Amino acid sequence: MPNRVVNILVPVISVILGLLVGAVVMVVSGYDPVAGYSALWNGIFGDSYTIGETIRQITPYLLSGLAVAFAFRTGLFNIGVEGQLLVGWFAAAYVGIAFDLPMYIHLPLAIIAAAVAGGLWAFIPGLLKAKLQVHEVIVTIMMNYIALHTTNVLTRMVADGKETTGTIKETASLKSVFFESLTDYSRLHYGIFIALAMVFVMWFILEKTTTGFELKAVGFNKNASEYAGMNVNKNIILSMVISGAFAGLAGAMEALGTFQYASVKGGFTGIGFDGIAVALLGANTPLGVVFGATLFGALKFGSLNMPNAAGIPVEIVSIVIALIIFFVACGYIIRYFLVKTNKKKEAK
Amino acid sequence: MSFLEVLYFIIPSAIFYAAPLVFTAIGGVFSERSGVVNIGLEGLMVMGAFVGIIFNLTFVDTFGSMTPWVSIIAAMIVSGIFAIMHAVATISFRADQTISGVAINMLGVAIALFSVKMIYGKGQTDYIQERFVRFDIPFLSDIPVLGPMFFKDVYSTSILAFIVAIGAWFVIYKTPFGLRLRAVGEHPMAADTMGVNVTKMRYIAVILSGMLAGVGGAVYAQAISGEFSHTTINGQGFMALAAMIFGKWHPLGALGAALFFGFAQALSIIGGQIPYIDQIPSYYLHILPYVLTILAVAGFIGKAHAPKASGVPYIKGKR
Repeated sequence: MPNRVVNILVPVISVILGLLVGAVVMVVSGYDPVAGYSALWNGIFGDSYTIGETIRQITPYLLSGLAVAFAFRTGLFNIGVEGQLLVGWFAAAYVGIAFDLPMYIHLPLAIIAAAVAGGLWAFIPGLLKAKLQVHEVIVTIMMNYIALHTTNVLTRMVADGKETTGTIKETASLKSVFFESLTDYSRLHYGIFIALAMVFVMWFILEKTTTGFELKAVGFNKNASEYAGMNVNKNIILSMVISGAFAGLAGAMEALGTFQYASVKGGFTGIGFDGIAVALLGANTPLGVVFGATLFGALKFGSLNMPNAAGIPVEIVSIVIALIIFFVACGYIIRYFLVKTNKKKEAK
Repeated sequence: MSFLEVLYFIIPSAIFYAAPLVFTAIGGVFSERSGVVNIGLEGLMVMGAFVGIIFNLTFVDTFGSMTPWVSIIAAMIVSGIFAIMHAVATISFRADQTISGVAINMLGVAIALFSVKMIYGKGQTDYIQERFVRFDIPFLSDIPVLGPMFFKDVYSTSILAFIVAIGAWFVIYKTPFGLRLRAVGEHPMAADTMGVNVTKMRYIAVILSGMLAGVGGAVYAQAISGEFSHTTINGQGFMALAAMIFGKWHPLGALGAALFFGFAQALSIIGGQIPYIDQIPSYYLHILPYVLTILAVAGFIGKAHAPKASGVPYIKGKR
């Protein structure tokens, strides 16, 4: 079996195993897995509204997946996507509310503000990693909590002590009347085009530019890159900043598209953490992220239909997603069995 | 409130909030010393908190005032079993240890919330009736100054945390088992050559870390929160991980670091009741533990190095 086929088969088998174990969990807990998965299916593809909302959910997943995947390519594990997303969300909403500008300036400004905020938030762990060799996992996790508290305080300030800010100006909105009419008033917005454009941007940076080559080289082997004259520290920081910018854009999707406001949050959105799953399933490639985001975005939105239609808690889908990551992480053993069974076939 | 009264108030609280971190951080020490990064401590703690509360609510009539202790043992067993997943993935299946840990975290939260919703029909359990209670240590609490600071109104779990930390130090540095554990984490091939079973040692260490994280979670739930919901364990596992690193992978260092983080946490929660500190906007107190963690990890670690083989799967026969 060619290596390429194995590389594609591993995530596919992981997804199937995840769904199977999810079914077993449902059976053991006394639920009907057939009813559960058909409720999930209807929650994704039921009608034009759910399809619109599913694509709406996929949009931030694309960007958070890109964020994690991009950092991974430089050998960095950015668990801070969640925090970078939150600051991006706030920045976009703030620009959307505070300024009065024509749309062709206002909308790009709000989007750029989100990317810059996310990038700056990721700059700190990048700098600490590069200059002091502090492990980025610890710092980004802590930055998540700081982001949560900080954006909550800032949101209250902008909202005059209330829990939710006012709606952003129409000139900064990604809202789409066309999509609304097409999908029975779902919240699907133009952000999906931005997200897909960013998939292309990531591919372009990594595959077609010198910077991308350096970033990947540092990811493969730091010492060799340094010996070849690359500035490893600069590349670590740059990779984190770009990754954070993607995460910030994911926040902009929520601020300018889905919700049109910023609100005080009791906990994390989960989009950033699920970005880890998206990136892993997509093997950290831009195209892979599209598949990962589509699968997890759909699962996540579809699961909302499960408590009503089948009486099953939505967390079953979180269990399935966690299991899929687990199985992808155990790719070695899946690979081992694939190669072994294949060899047996060839021997016959 | 005089300065001394402030100390009488804040030091017991700091120890109180530190206890769950101590257990979990010591668990992390065992795992990393054997060469397995365990970022899944958070998920294992969630599992411990969840099992502790459920067990407490279910069996409170059977065990009476002993319920919290029995619940801790139940949490320890379940989290230990849960940690086997991480062990199998990282040791036998050569999975990326960080990624497997992330999966453990997500899975722990998901399973706990799924079960809570299944059992109680809502996202939160009831409050437990039998909690850990405070007591005065006889004689010691009568010592002037030190007595009210350390020995009055203490939780038995806090004492247990100190015992576990010192016990872990003894096991890791003074027993043949500890020597093997450290050898496996530093140079598994050398250890293997000398007849140490690397796989077995690592399995034991990861399961131990799961058991201790389970105890940490159960202590947190039964002494501090009193119920289980999605916000019960909110970053404590990661903070324990940071405490382990800050403590330079040493049990007593981890103990000290956990006490330090417990202090920061206590300050963010009870700071409003202390003169002068209540003038600081609560925002700064809320982010204090996290900022301190970053500063600690960035500034004070200095030359400390993780166990050399930490994060690398051991593959027999590979040089």
